[in-house]
Amino acid sequence: MKARQDQRVGILFALPWILGFSLFLAYPLISSLCFSFTNFSILRSPRYIGFSNYSELLGDKVFHTSLVNTLLFAAASVPLATVFAILMALLLNSNVKGMAFYRTIFYIPSLVPMVALGVLWLWVFNSNYGLLNMGLERIHIPGPPWLTDPAWTKWTLVIISVWGTGNAMVIYLAGLQDVPQSLYEAAELDGAKTWAKTRHVTIPMISPVILFNVVMGLIGSMQTFALPYVMFPGGQPARSTYFFSMYLYDTAFLFQRMGYASAMGWVMFLITLALTLVALKLSTKHVHYEGG
Amino acid sequence: MATAGNKKSKAAKVWLTQFTLIALSIFFLLPLLWMIVTAVKPLDETMTSPPVWIPSKLLIGNFAEAFSYNSKDLGYIPFLVYGKNTLFVTCLAVIGSVISNSLVAYSFARIPWRGRELLFGITLATMMVPGPVLMVPMYALFKEFGWIGTFRPLWVPSFFGSAFNIFLLRQFLRSIPMELSEAAKIDGASEWRTFIDVIMPLTRPALVVIAIFTFLWAWNDFMGPLLYLTDQQTFTLSMGLQFFQSQHTGTPWNLLMAASLIVIVPVIIVFFFAQKVFIKGIATTGLK
Repeated sequence: MKARQDQRVGILFALPWILGFSLFLAYPLISSLCFSFTNFSILRSPRYIGFSNYSELLGDKVFHTSLVNTLLFAAASVPLATVFAILMALLLNSNVKGMAFYRTIFYIPSLVPMVALGVLWLWVFNSNYGLLNMGLERIHIPGPPWLTDPAWTKWTLVIISVWGTGNAMVIYLAGLQDVPQSLYEAAELDGAKTWAKTRHVTIPMISPVILFNVVMGLIGSMQTFALPYVMFPGGQPARSTYFFSMYLYDTAFLFQRMGYASAMGWVMFLITLALTLVALKLSTKHVHYEGG
Repeated sequence: MATAGNKKSKAAKVWLTQFTLIALSIFFLLPLLWMIVTAVKPLDETMTSPPVWIPSKLLIGNFAEAFSYNSKDLGYIPFLVYGKNTLFVTCLAVIGSVISNSLVAYSFARIPWRGRELLFGITLATMMVPGPVLMVPMYALFKEFGWIGTFRPLWVPSFFGSAFNIFLLRQFLRSIPMELSEAAKIDGASEWRTFIDVIMPLTRPALVVIAIFTFLWAWNDFMGPLLYLTDQQTFTLSMGLQFFQSQHTGTPWNLLMAASLIVIVPVIIVFFFAQKVFIKGIATTGLK
């Protein structure tokens, strides 16, 4: 009797998500798979064309460029942002005055809309008037053309993404506060110094949090859109900042090729899935779960 | 036990930490400070080498002017209307997200039912679906509903839960002892009453986290409005900011920075006051 009632009430409570999941996730995902085998735009209804979208992708140079750009960006920004966010969280976890103030400051980049951020950075990185190159000049380092040289533009975006890693930082900070004080005391009795404590207590204890953040960062960096869209319209110069999701957006809504864009979306989904599974697989040896 | 040398090194460590924090704060604040300085500058002092740190005139009026800016390319930018639009969408998204996610997470965490673990597993897996994959089919779906050009695509989905928030809240709800629910039920409370009167009050820190995450996401969302809004009168702040940039007639940097500040200051104030609950909330949700 109670079990049957639990069953009914449980499903009733979960109903918003059951509906939301079906309508806003499962259905779009499946329909996008169907679209990917068609020729289709807002004006024309879908027409089945088999695998031609996928075979076209194989030879599409712009697609390759955007894919390589996105993967390079992820490969540089995820590790750098991870290290930076952990270091910041360690600092913020120490017991000094004014913590509320510092936490807010370090989180500010995550609060600012990407568009405002993009505009601000366009300006900081400007080779003639930019704050950064003027600062570098003062210490006699010639600043590179951050915004106009294809060799540098991706690094510009990497620096900005590392600067804006507040969300991960806050989650690390929360993880650090969960590490039992007794472990540190035990390590101190064994004569461990700061670095040894970090290496052998802190890092293993927060390793599940690291895994979570790395996976979320990976997925996030694969879909980078607003920042390059605002800072480098059309992915210029020389398509060096033309990312996967920008090409997908342009294909669907500028070139009106929604079937082709859906095929791109699925390729992106599969790549993200593969990368996530690799990250999870590689982590099994290094991630320490308490209890189990 | 602590020797004099030990004490000294501890003090040195505190100073080093304090110093690093201040240095990093400057690194984080400098761009923002420049934004503020520029927002109250005359236009001809915005793009100079070397930069002007102390404006010759303090133009507080730039903020008012940002609200009535006439772009040469696009005409009048109704920034105040954009603010109202953004506030509208954000409020509904936050309300929807808090209600729906707490219901669903409660079901996943505290009501035993068949199929629950399977659905939760699927829910976690959906976090791996990149947003752009859904761009085309969601657009097609909302077009089918006749919602293109309205605010509905931006807030209605919030009322149906999201995987990340459900996960976060479920972790938190599981940490509340089951005995509390059992005691309430022995007293004759229904599942609904237990949820509202016993569990929800204890969930406040986690709900603050959900509310803030949703607030930030909705307030700053760029791709959603770009896809679904068609009429200039319905645009949001993050889109409006873009209109201050101009390829042809020169960007009014001072007004652009004033407008950007108008967009971010409310967010910073909210975060400053909520940050303690926010971080505690994340800590106790046991995000791992």
